[in-house]
Amino acid sequence: MRVMANVAMVMNLDKCIGCHTCSVTCKQVWTNRPGTEYVYFNNVETKPGVGYPRRYEDQEQWRGGWALDKKGRLQLKAGGRLRKLLTIFYNPDLPTIDDYGDPWTYDYQTVIDAPLGTPNPSAHSISALTGRDMTVQWGSNFDDDLAGAPRHAAGDPNLSGLEERVRMEFEQVFMFYLPRICEHCLNPSCVASCPSGAMYKRSEDGIVLVDQDRCRGWRMCVSGCPYKKVYFNHRTGKAEKCTFCFPRIEAGQPTVCSETCVGRLRYLGLFLYDADKVLDAAATPDEQGLYEAQLGVFLDPEDPEVRAAAAADGIPHDWIEAARRSPVYQLAVRHRVALPLHPEYRTLPMVWYIPPLSPVADVVNATGYDADRPDDVFATIDSLRIPVEYLANLFTAGDPAPIRRVLRKLAAVRAIQRAGQLGLDLDEDLPASVGASDEELDDLYRLLAIAKYEERY
Amino acid sequence: MLPYGEPVESLLRKAQYFTPGTPTPDHREVHRRGGRGAEEFYHERWRHDKEVRSTHGVNCTGSCSWKVYVKDGIITWETQQTDYPSVGPDSPEYEPRGCPRGASFSWYTYSPARVRYPYIRGPLLEMWREARARLGDPVLAWAEITADPERTARYKKARGQGGFVRSTWDEATELIAAAHVHTVKRYGPDRVVGFSPIPAMSQVSYSAGTRFLSMIGGTILSFYDWYADLPIASPQVFGDQTDVPESADWWNSSYLVLWGTNLPITRTPDAHFMTEARYRGQKVVVVSPDYSDHTKFADDWLPCAPGTDGALAMSMGHVVLSEFFRDRQVPYFTEYVKTYTDLPFLVTLREREADDGAEDGQGAYVPDRFLTAADLGREQEAAAHQTVLLDAATGEPVFPNGTLASRYTESGVGRWNLDLGGIDPLLTLYPADHGAGSDSGGGASGLEAVAVDLPRFDVGESEGGGVVRRGVPVRRVGGHLVTTVFDLLMAQYAVPREGLPGQWPTGYDDADSPYTPAWQERITSVPAAAAARVAREFARNAELSRGRSMIAMGAGTNHWYHSDQIYRTFLTLIMLCGCQGVNGGGWAHYVGQEKVRPLTGFQQIAFGLDWQRPTRHMTGTSFFYMHTDQWRYERFGAQEMASPLGRGLLRGKAFADALAQAGRMGWTPSHPAFDRNPLDLADEAAAAGRGVGEHVVAELKAGRLRFADEDPDDPANFPRVMTIWRANLLGSSGKGMEYFMRHLLGAAHAVRAEETPQDSRPSEVRWRENAPEGKLDLVTTLDFRMTSTCTYSDIVLPAATWYEKHDLSTTDMHPFVHSFNPAIAPPWETRTDFDAFKAVGEQFSRLAAVHLGTRTDVVAVPLAHDTADELAQPGGVVRDWKRGECEAVPGVTMPRLVPIERDYAAVAQKMAAVGPLVDSLGTSVKGITWKPPGVVDLLARTNGRARGGVADGRPALTRDVHMAEAILALSGTTNGAVSLAAWKELEKRTGLRLADLAEERAGERISFADTQVQPRAVITSPEWSGSESGGRRYSAFVVNVERKKPWHTLTGRMHFYLDHDWIAEFGEGLPTYRPPLNYARHYGAQGLGDPDRPEITLRYLTPHSKWSIHSEYQDNLHMLRLFRGGPVLWMNPDDAAKIGVTDNEWIEAFNRNGVVVCRAVVTHRMPPGTVYMYHAKDRHVMTPRSEISGMHGGGDNSLTRLVIKPTHMIGGYAQLTYAFNYYGPTGNQRDELTVVRRRAQQVEFR
Repeated sequence: MRVMANVAMVMNLDKCIGCHTCSVTCKQVWTNRPGTEYVYFNNVETKPGVGYPRRYEDQEQWRGGWALDKKGRLQLKAGGRLRKLLTIFYNPDLPTIDDYGDPWTYDYQTVIDAPLGTPNPSAHSISALTGRDMTVQWGSNFDDDLAGAPRHAAGDPNLSGLEERVRMEFEQVFMFYLPRICEHCLNPSCVASCPSGAMYKRSEDGIVLVDQDRCRGWRMCVSGCPYKKVYFNHRTGKAEKCTFCFPRIEAGQPTVCSETCVGRLRYLGLFLYDADKVLDAAATPDEQGLYEAQLGVFLDPEDPEVRAAAAADGIPHDWIEAARRSPVYQLAVRHRVALPLHPEYRTLPMVWYIPPLSPVADVVNATGYDADRPDDVFATIDSLRIPVEYLANLFTAGDPAPIRRVLRKLAAVRAIQRAGQLGLDLDEDLPASVGASDEELDDLYRLLAIAKYEERY
Repeated sequence: MLPYGEPVESLLRKAQYFTPGTPTPDHREVHRRGGRGAEEFYHERWRHDKEVRSTHGVNCTGSCSWKVYVKDGIITWETQQTDYPSVGPDSPEYEPRGCPRGASFSWYTYSPARVRYPYIRGPLLEMWREARARLGDPVLAWAEITADPERTARYKKARGQGGFVRSTWDEATELIAAAHVHTVKRYGPDRVVGFSPIPAMSQVSYSAGTRFLSMIGGTILSFYDWYADLPIASPQVFGDQTDVPESADWWNSSYLVLWGTNLPITRTPDAHFMTEARYRGQKVVVVSPDYSDHTKFADDWLPCAPGTDGALAMSMGHVVLSEFFRDRQVPYFTEYVKTYTDLPFLVTLREREADDGAEDGQGAYVPDRFLTAADLGREQEAAAHQTVLLDAATGEPVFPNGTLASRYTESGVGRWNLDLGGIDPLLTLYPADHGAGSDSGGGASGLEAVAVDLPRFDVGESEGGGVVRRGVPVRRVGGHLVTTVFDLLMAQYAVPREGLPGQWPTGYDDADSPYTPAWQERITSVPAAAAARVAREFARNAELSRGRSMIAMGAGTNHWYHSDQIYRTFLTLIMLCGCQGVNGGGWAHYVGQEKVRPLTGFQQIAFGLDWQRPTRHMTGTSFFYMHTDQWRYERFGAQEMASPLGRGLLRGKAFADALAQAGRMGWTPSHPAFDRNPLDLADEAAAAGRGVGEHVVAELKAGRLRFADEDPDDPANFPRVMTIWRANLLGSSGKGMEYFMRHLLGAAHAVRAEETPQDSRPSEVRWRENAPEGKLDLVTTLDFRMTSTCTYSDIVLPAATWYEKHDLSTTDMHPFVHSFNPAIAPPWETRTDFDAFKAVGEQFSRLAAVHLGTRTDVVAVPLAHDTADELAQPGGVVRDWKRGECEAVPGVTMPRLVPIERDYAAVAQKMAAVGPLVDSLGTSVKGITWKPPGVVDLLARTNGRARGGVADGRPALTRDVHMAEAILALSGTTNGAVSLAAWKELEKRTGLRLADLAEERAGERISFADTQVQPRAVITSPEWSGSESGGRRYSAFVVNVERKKPWHTLTGRMHFYLDHDWIAEFGEGLPTYRPPLNYARHYGAQGLGDPDRPEITLRYLTPHSKWSIHSEYQDNLHMLRLFRGGPVLWMNPDDAAKIGVTDNEWIEAFNRNGVVVCRAVVTHRMPPGTVYMYHAKDRHVMTPRSEISGMHGGGDNSLTRLVIKPTHMIGGYAQLTYAFNYYGPTGNQRDELTVVRRRAQQVEFR
């Protein structure tokens, strides 16, 4: 056992209001400068939708992340170092600026400086790259709130296999938001892709960074990252990425995106993990086993042996204590309501998500409600709008069982709390039916709902 | 190959690690502990010098406290403060608060569109400099320029045509002051107009301008009603402008219906309380036509067709009344409605007259007026306002405490309360033991009943609808045939009871009979079963939780012509289920509602009440309707809306006629008031040796003087000078934008509508053949960004941003008061609003000393809410003195006429000090008056004293911080001693114990410095209706419910029934469903009908935008990059396909009012038949030339036009009495249709 610590985040998609405050505060602090106009260390995507850059989740196209070779060995999906070297001057897996959208600005001065006789002075869009007039065709959030979904969203790779069931029609419409930052993976394919050795994981907290002095701008990290969370700064010629706000983390402050999240859906904390187990977990043969495998890498900070080993490996006491009160560990491991994004990329991502509930699908026939129990005001999980399979394609490599379990647990918390406030009868077996005790569900309730600042970070 | 790797791979990997760090043995990854010097780049990026607390002002109810970061003297970025006082251990907190728009604000500081210097448009500036130099006197120069039509046309036509030239503050403020002085002298002070909205979110900046206008007698326009955010139903039902729960109270709700308010978008900082309350077991129901950001959180989504929400709510009321009042009674509900609502009160029934319309009216009755003590011949004060109910024990009429009769009378002292004193109000005249099989004609069970005719608006040839006959149990009391409001409500909601005459639905599934679930399904498309289920759940939840069911409502349901009715159908559900005045329950109106928590001090300072009273307040919608000449484009008049049961009171009246009548009857303000300078009126009165009131009445009766509203196009009646600050009137809120352009400004416009045909023109308001264009002589705008209000103004003054000044912010979304503070000094030549108006005031005083001196002004003041004026016109009977229906008595049947002496040379001195009326007359709020204990002395010591002049020795208001301090010190919410004094005053009138609500904090005072440290929780004060005592969450009307303080209404209770003549005329005595106005019928096809260019007509809605707060931020680069970089129209794929439009293509949306050019967003999130253009699309970004108009293609309001509702003009009767921003026609815009077609994809911006 080799104990290491990794900061991690859980985002509760069931609380995300899609406001994009995180994107703006992050952008203002970190990427509000030339060369990074199109760069969003943090962005928020509407699902179903193709994301940013366009269709980044389709690894058959972009070849990001890892894959198992025929012998079951883990290798970069884009191929090994030799292929990288041979393609160093032409990387076929690199998104173009059109996949991100040509960043634009406006000829704002026109509005003040317009000479007499200019009818209705109005600024219009010009390219931030060339300065020429341009029509906006794509951007970081072009498909917000299902904008253009009938045209674009069919390209959402997570809809694969659901084409027959999910039609872009008013009657079936559903959506939710997916905020994304760098995953600060335990098994980062960007680091492994870098020909210059400019990328690294910080030993003490696992934050993945690009060494700005050493980066040579080969952009293998950009294509190597399946989440497309490494960006190329076209002004400096170097790669940049989400830093997990390490200057703030080091000062004991939460990341900007976390603290400024008005949905209060982001949790920050430490995981202790066994670095020796990472490779085996990432090489788990069955993609649907990767979620459990990654859970197996995490170490229980309440286990005295783990703490002793951590101390022996040089992890400071306050760091270990932080792991013990980590809300991220609580949500991902103890309550098992948070899930990794695309575990099938085999990077062992460290930003996890609680999947969202949604309105009941069939209003006409009231499917999901029990006419004999009028005080049961919540419908059953399988009657909700978002297909469980869709969520499974995002978080569990297609296995619907963990999704159902999480959603039922959230529903159980609601039912128990409702019964408590209103003095309703409650099925005593309800906690057990979702594999939890009363106390656990009460703790989970406080963590999800009350979520004080000190409890979130 | 990894980790077992082939040799080449292995070699390559090893080679790469001649770099710092520890690779894993498989060389799969590398960890670094040292060698991280490059991290310094990000450390340096984060480093900053200071963080300053500030917030964002004006146009958002968020009132979020922010940290503004400064590095090397430059504002870098902002993040939210997280230091709000705690809500308590078992609730989520108010942290963080803020949204992406606020987070992008600092972009404006240094943006290329920042207004850095004073600008005056070239043609005007040239004329000005020339005339100013030649004549030497600025006032004479202005007089000369504006007297010359050729010269005025030249500079007015240049509005919106570029050509700004840099000026200086001295030059610009002198010009502005000269225009003001000249206008006051030549036309009257009421021709000087100011527009600035929503003071709560920057109280000092607002007050700076309104204080100046108040001193000179200028007209201050309202905004809440103008924005259509004022829920008229609130004064109608509650007798209160708006009072709502703070957002943390959503947490206390166990059933939340989001009905027309998209919380994640419009209440972004607070939406989390809703998402979190779900885990506490709250059920969330969303009623919304589209699948929107908030629909995501619904357990049930009811996709209700736009504008038909009232139909859904009526059917829900039908279910609640059937199941929770008829089939069984819920003691909690019954007790609640008996105590806190007008349901047990008696209403007289009037036999339908033969000329009431239908011949089958014979034998039927219509609801008439509340039965009063006067009807029963009782000799008592205000007997006509003493409503009556029956005691269940004795069956005798009783006269309970708490009605309007005990509010202002001597005999009412100590009796204005809801203590029933042992009376058990009889809710229904329907006998309790009346069962199936009993004699339906009366007899043993004692049922006596008559048929009543009620209007229905879902059918019929006109907007006025048809009639449905139902029945009510009745009794004769003192010779009057009466029933209870409850029984009328049961009839209105079509809840059958055995033995009652009339037509009734056969069951919930009776789709032909209003107001069943099946009936509403045809209208709303919400499945009947879902409507019934949600209604049942809502009520059942309220039963179990004792009222903790809540409806959050907003622009989606409040921006319609008939929104007052939509809201009343919602409030019916709330009141029936005992939800109002309960934490976690009640209405939660969230659109444009603001809350100046330190209300008393604010009103004193903002409206100069410390020096003279009252101020010239004006209803914004009325003003703009008349002065942008939108009244000239009507196709139908007020009678169109009247119910067939009406008496024809509005027959032959255009809306403008109704407005003129309402003005002269003292109902609603009317400024400019007369076709003569009010200063001259005072001089004439003095010369004639009579009082101004006497003089004005005599002149009016002689026909020598007329109200200006009766001839708005007379140049004598034009508004002349308009100043806009903290607002984007032309680019954002201007409903009927193109009419503004045409008539108010005289600029280029895209109006295609034809004027009203001869036969529909006003009968009283004078029609002039040629409508004026360019009424305003001077338009000045203060702003920090170049909006199109700026680009269409004559003068633009550079304002400091919200990060560059001191100010105060409060909201109703949270219970705190907090501050603005300058992170940097105002850069370039920008100034705070306070400093700008100080400069204008000083220039004005200097010029006024020469040209004006001291004059007496005559202010025409409408009958005022929360004063004894509410008693002026009993029964809501319309009596028009002009038609000889009554005497013209100022303050009773017409506006009060108040002379005010104005020392025009002393305006600047008065602005800069707290005046003496605070000490001598005291301060008032909501009908209570008190003398603020020790506050003037405290302020003098805190702010220092003015020296010399008229304000010698008075507390200084020479700096913005002084003004903030005065607002805080004079208000109960921020000064415990003041609150205590106010409560004690209220105790005298009510006879209730109330002062204990403030006693726990009686010694506390929140100073400006306190607000700089941390947002501070306010003190419970009678300025508002709820309580924060003991740290509880604020919910409206908690004091009324828990302490039995009456509502400010006729009965002192919440009203289901309204008995005003005009309301009866409109068939709106009871809550009802009125559909959106049928513009397709009124205006016919509005397309161009080009056979080669497919076009489609759709419902046009303008909801609040995700990427802006109104027009603010919609030009902000960060926001523009987060979506499509400019304005768009959202439409359903089927609609788009019909006109051959695909996503992101350019389209033109147009109708008779104008045209807007933008791109299409095609999405299945939208229902077919409806398009959205998120408001407020300004004209200064991405506005290309239109193919249709040939001009630059407008904003979202280029497609709208005002249509005003006469019932909003009512005054002089109980809660239906005017107050500023409290009652007045709404500037609604939702009933509109638009035609859409694809356009050439090549667009031109220049």
